[in-house]
Amino acid sequence: MTSHAQVNTPANAPLNAIEAHHIVKRFDGETAVDGIDLTIKKGSIFGILGPNGAGKTTTLRMLLGIIDPDEGERFLLGSPDPITKAHQVGYLPEERGLYQSMKAYDAIAFMGALRGLPLAEGRKRGRQMMEEHGLGDAANKQIRQLSKGMAQTVQLLGTIVHEPDLIILDEPFSGLDALNQGKLERLIRGQADKGVTVIFSTHVIAHAERLCEEIAIVANGKIPFTGKVSTARDRLRPQVHLETRNLDGSWRSAIPDDCEPLGHNWHFTLPESGVEPLLRALIEGDAGIQSLSIERPGLHDAFVHIAGEAVAKKMEEDNALEGEAV
Amino acid sequence: MIETIRASFVIARRDFAAIIFSKSFFFFLLGPLFPLIIGIAAGGLGQQVRQDIDRPVIGVALEEGEATKLASARTALAKSLGNGGLPELLVLENVDPSDPKIREKLDTASKPLTAIISGSLEAPLLTGSEGDVKRWSGRVALLSETALSGSNPIEVKNDFVAATGSSKKRTQIATAQGGQIILILLTMILAGMVLSNLVEEKTNKIIEILAAAIPMDAIFLGKLFAMLGMALVGITVWSTLGFIGASVILSGMPNLPAPAVGWPLFCVLMVLYFSMAYLLLGSLFLGIGAMATTVREVQTLSMPVTMGQLLVFFLAAFTVTKLGEPVEWFAVVFPFSSPFAMIARAAQMENIWQHGVALIWQAMFTLIIIRFSVMLFRRNVMKSGNSGRKKSLLARIRG
Repeated sequence: MTSHAQVNTPANAPLNAIEAHHIVKRFDGETAVDGIDLTIKKGSIFGILGPNGAGKTTTLRMLLGIIDPDEGERFLLGSPDPITKAHQVGYLPEERGLYQSMKAYDAIAFMGALRGLPLAEGRKRGRQMMEEHGLGDAANKQIRQLSKGMAQTVQLLGTIVHEPDLIILDEPFSGLDALNQGKLERLIRGQADKGVTVIFSTHVIAHAERLCEEIAIVANGKIPFTGKVSTARDRLRPQVHLETRNLDGSWRSAIPDDCEPLGHNWHFTLPESGVEPLLRALIEGDAGIQSLSIERPGLHDAFVHIAGEAVAKKMEEDNALEGEAV
Repeated sequence: MIETIRASFVIARRDFAAIIFSKSFFFFLLGPLFPLIIGIAAGGLGQQVRQDIDRPVIGVALEEGEATKLASARTALAKSLGNGGLPELLVLENVDPSDPKIREKLDTASKPLTAIISGSLEAPLLTGSEGDVKRWSGRVALLSETALSGSNPIEVKNDFVAATGSSKKRTQIATAQGGQIILILLTMILAGMVLSNLVEEKTNKIIEILAAAIPMDAIFLGKLFAMLGMALVGITVWSTLGFIGASVILSGMPNLPAPAVGWPLFCVLMVLYFSMAYLLLGSLFLGIGAMATTVREVQTLSMPVTMGQLLVFFLAAFTVTKLGEPVEWFAVVFPFSSPFAMIARAAQMENIWQHGVALIWQAMFTLIIIRFSVMLFRRNVMKSGNSGRKKSLLARIRG
C-alpha cells in the first residue's frame, strides 16, 4: 500500500477536505439541519459531536452528496458535486450493511470496486487486510456466517480498501465492545498518521476527546461550536478544589463572594487574575492549605457549557442506551 | 457518463452473479415448464369435458320414412362437415309428429335431448331452449334440405398454392399476435421481479454505501441490466431447448408463417423489443418498488402493476389489425405499449427504419423514467433516522 503522507499535494489542490456554507435541510417541513457552516482541514482527525437526532447523519449525508441541501453549498475535496470525488472517499454509514451471501474478502473488494478499485486488486487487498486484522480464517466465509463484530470490521476494511484521502465514519463506535472500540481507535490513528483526513460522528465525548484535534458540536441542527478541542475546553475557566484549616481571614477576599464552604472544602472557578495571586493570598492570609487542586475542564464540561444541559443529558442517555444494547 | 457506466457495470456484475449462481435461478429456468404442463393438462381435460358437453342429441319425431331420410342425410353430410359438426339424431318411437305436447318428450327420452324435430321435413319444427334452437336450427334446415333432395354432397378437389394475399395477411396477424403474447408473458414475469429489487439493499442497509459511492442512476441502471442479463440467459436456454425439442419431436422446425421483415430480423427485433419492454416497465417498477421498504409493500404493489401491464398489452393487442389508424399510432408512440405495437408492425410491415426510431424513443424514455425514479428516491427515501420510513408508501411516492 502506498503511504499517503508521502503523496505530493498539487499546487491547486484544495486545502480543506470539507467546506460547508450555511447548509439547510428540511424533511416534511421540519428543519433537520439549520444553516451549518463547517470547514475541515485536510490531514486532521475531526469529530462531530452531538446526541442522536441532532443532525449529524443528515449533515454527513449532505457533505457526501447522498442528499442535496435545500439551501447553502458544500464542497467535498474542493468539489461542489461530492459524488465526483467518491474514488477518494471512504464512508462507513451508521446503519451497517453488507450482502449476506457474499464472501468476506469479496465484500471488501466489492466496496472497493464501487469506488474505482479493480476487482482483482480489491480481492487481493481484501485477503491481505483480513490477515493483518486477525480475520484471515474468515476471508472465505459468507457475511452471514460472521459474528456482528467481524462483519463490522469487514465493512470498515471495505471503507478503506481503496486507500482514500478522506474517511467519513458515522457513529463508528456504535455497537462495538470495548476491545473493538480500542482497535478502531488505533485504526483511525493509523490512517491519520498516513495523512488521511478522518471525520467521524459520535455521541461519546470520550472518543472525540482522545482522538480529535478539532471538533464540531452539533445540537438541534446547528453548530454552536467548531474548532480545536483545547479551544472548547478553554471556554470554561479551571475549577479550584481547596481544603483549608481555617475558615476565615484576609485570604477570603481572593475567593469569589458567592462561594460557600462545604465543611472546610471550597469549590470555585479560578478567578480571572489567575493562580499566582490566589496562592499568594492563601499563603499570606494564613488559610492553612490542607490540599489544593486546579482542574482544567474536560470536553464534557465544555460540551455542557456550549450545547446546554438538556442536550448533554440527551447524549448521556443515548450513550447509556447503547451501552445496554452492547 | 463513463463513471456511471463503470459503476452500473459493478452493480450489474454483482447482481447478475448473485442471481445466476443462486439455487433459485434453476427454478426460474424451470418456470416456463409449469404453465406449459398445466396448459397441456388443462387443455386436454377441457377438450374432453367440452366434447362430452357439446355432443348434442336431437330427437326425431317424424314419419318413419322421413326419419330414415334424415338419418341418411346426416350420414352423407358428415363426410364433408365432419361428425362433430352435426348433432346426433335419436329417432323417437311412437311419437306423433304433430303431438302438441312434444316438449314433454325432451326429458322423458332414453337420452337427454337438446331439442326435438317434429312436423315434417318440408316444415320442420325444432323444440328446445332458445339458445339450443337458435344454435341448431341452421343445421337442422341443412339436414332437412339434403334429406328432401336426396342428393349426395359434392366432393371438392383441392389445389394448394403457397399463399394468397388474404392468407398472408392472416398469418402475419397471427405472427404479430404470437409475438405480442410472448413479449408480454416474458415481460410480466421479469418486470414484476424488479419491484423487489432494491428491497435487499434497503433491508441489508447497503443502499447508503452504494448511494455514497456511485451515482444513483448507476444503481438503477446496474440493477435493470443485471435482471435483463438474467432474462436473456433464460430466453437463450428456453429457446435453445425449444428449438431442440421442435427438431426432435417434429423432425424439423414447423413451417411457421413468415413475418413481413423475415424470420431472422423478426427474431432480432423480438429480442430488442423484449429488452426495451422490460427496461421501460422494469425502470418504472424499480422506481415504484424503490419506494417500498418491506416485502409486504412490494406484494401490495404487485397487483396494480400487473393490471397496468395487462392494460398496456390489451391496447397493443387491440391495434394489431388497425395498422396506421390513430389508435395504432397511439400504441406505437405511447412508450409502454410501443414495443408490443412495434413487434406487431414487424410482423406486418416490411419497413425497417421505423424500428430504429422506435428503439431510440423507447431507450430515451427509459432514461427519463430512471432519472425521475432517482429523483424521487433521493428526495423521499434517503432520509436520516425514521423520517424516511414512517410515512405511508403513497406519501413516499408523492413526497
